[in-house]
Amino acid sequence: MSSSKPSEIFSLEALRNGDRAEFAAMVEAYYAMIYRLSIKMVGNPQDAEDILQETFIKAYRYLKDFDGRSSLSTWLYRVATNEALMFLRRKRPEQISIDEPVETGEGEVEPVQIVDWCCLPEQELLSSEARLHLDRAIEELSTSLRIVFVLRDIQGLSTLETAEVLNLSETAVKTRLSRARLRLREVLSGYYNERLVEGKQV
Amino acid sequence: MKDHQDCHHLLGSLSGFLDGELESDLCAQIERHLAECPDCTIVVDTLQKTVSLYHTASEEDTVPEGVRQRLFRRLEIDDLLDKGL
Repeated sequence: MSSSKPSEIFSLEALRNGDRAEFAAMVEAYYAMIYRLSIKMVGNPQDAEDILQETFIKAYRYLKDFDGRSSLSTWLYRVATNEALMFLRRKRPEQISIDEPVETGEGEVEPVQIVDWCCLPEQELLSSEARLHLDRAIEELSTSLRIVFVLRDIQGLSTLETAEVLNLSETAVKTRLSRARLRLREVLSGYYNERLVEGKQV
Repeated sequence: MKDHQDCHHLLGSLSGFLDGELESDLCAQIERHLAECPDCTIVVDTLQKTVSLYHTASEEDTVPEGVRQRLFRRLEIDDLLDKGL
C-alpha cells in the first residue's frame, strides 16, 4: 500500500494562498486515508468523522505555515494524529502522551499461544466476525502502541515517515511496532485457535 | 521451545526480522534458531500473518457514504464537489 501521494502534484503556493479549488483537490486526494487513520484510532464512525473534519479545518488554517520539508501527506498525518490524540486524551485523560517513554508494562509479550493458525482458510481468517476481533484487538492496545501500528502496518508509512509524524526516533517506532505486533498476534492467536478447535470438532 | 533463553532473547527482534531491517549477523542468528525451534517458527509465521491480515482487511475498508459530502460542506467547498477534481 502506498503511504503517500506526491505532494508535488499540488501547488503549495496556491494552497498557502488559500486557493479553494486547490484545497478541494487536496481534500479529495487525502480524505479517505485520514478517515481510515481516525476510525482505527477512535473506533467510532461519528468520532472519526469529527476528527476528519477538524483535521482539514486545521490544515486550511495552518497551511500557510507548512514549510514543505516533509511531504504534504506526512504533514496531514501529523495534524490528524494530533487531533486523534487530543480526542482520546479528552475522553480518557489518564492515557499517557505519545512522546512519553513506553511504560514498563508494555514490554515484549512472552508468546503463550503457540498455535499455527496460518493454515485456516482466508474466508475464515477474514470473516466479518474475525474482522470485529481484529478491530477489537487494536482498540485494546495502548494509544502509544496503537498509533505506531496504525501508521506503519495499516496506513503503510515507512519507519522514517512514522517517526516524523510522531516526532519520535526511528528506534522508538521500531520498538513500539514490535510490541504492538506481538500483542496483536497473541490476541488473534487466542481467537483463531478457537476456530481451529471448532473446525476439528465438526 | 528448544532453547528458552534464545527464544526470549530474539523475541524483540522478530518484528525487525520480518521487515528485513536487521544487521546480517542478527538475521543469520535468527535464521539458525528458527531452523531448530518449531515454536519460534510458529511465532514468526503467525506474526507475519497478523500483519498481512490487518493489511488486507484495511485495503478493503471503505469510507461510509456521506462522509465526503459532509466534509466538503463543513469546509464550505461543496460547490467544488465533483467538478473535475
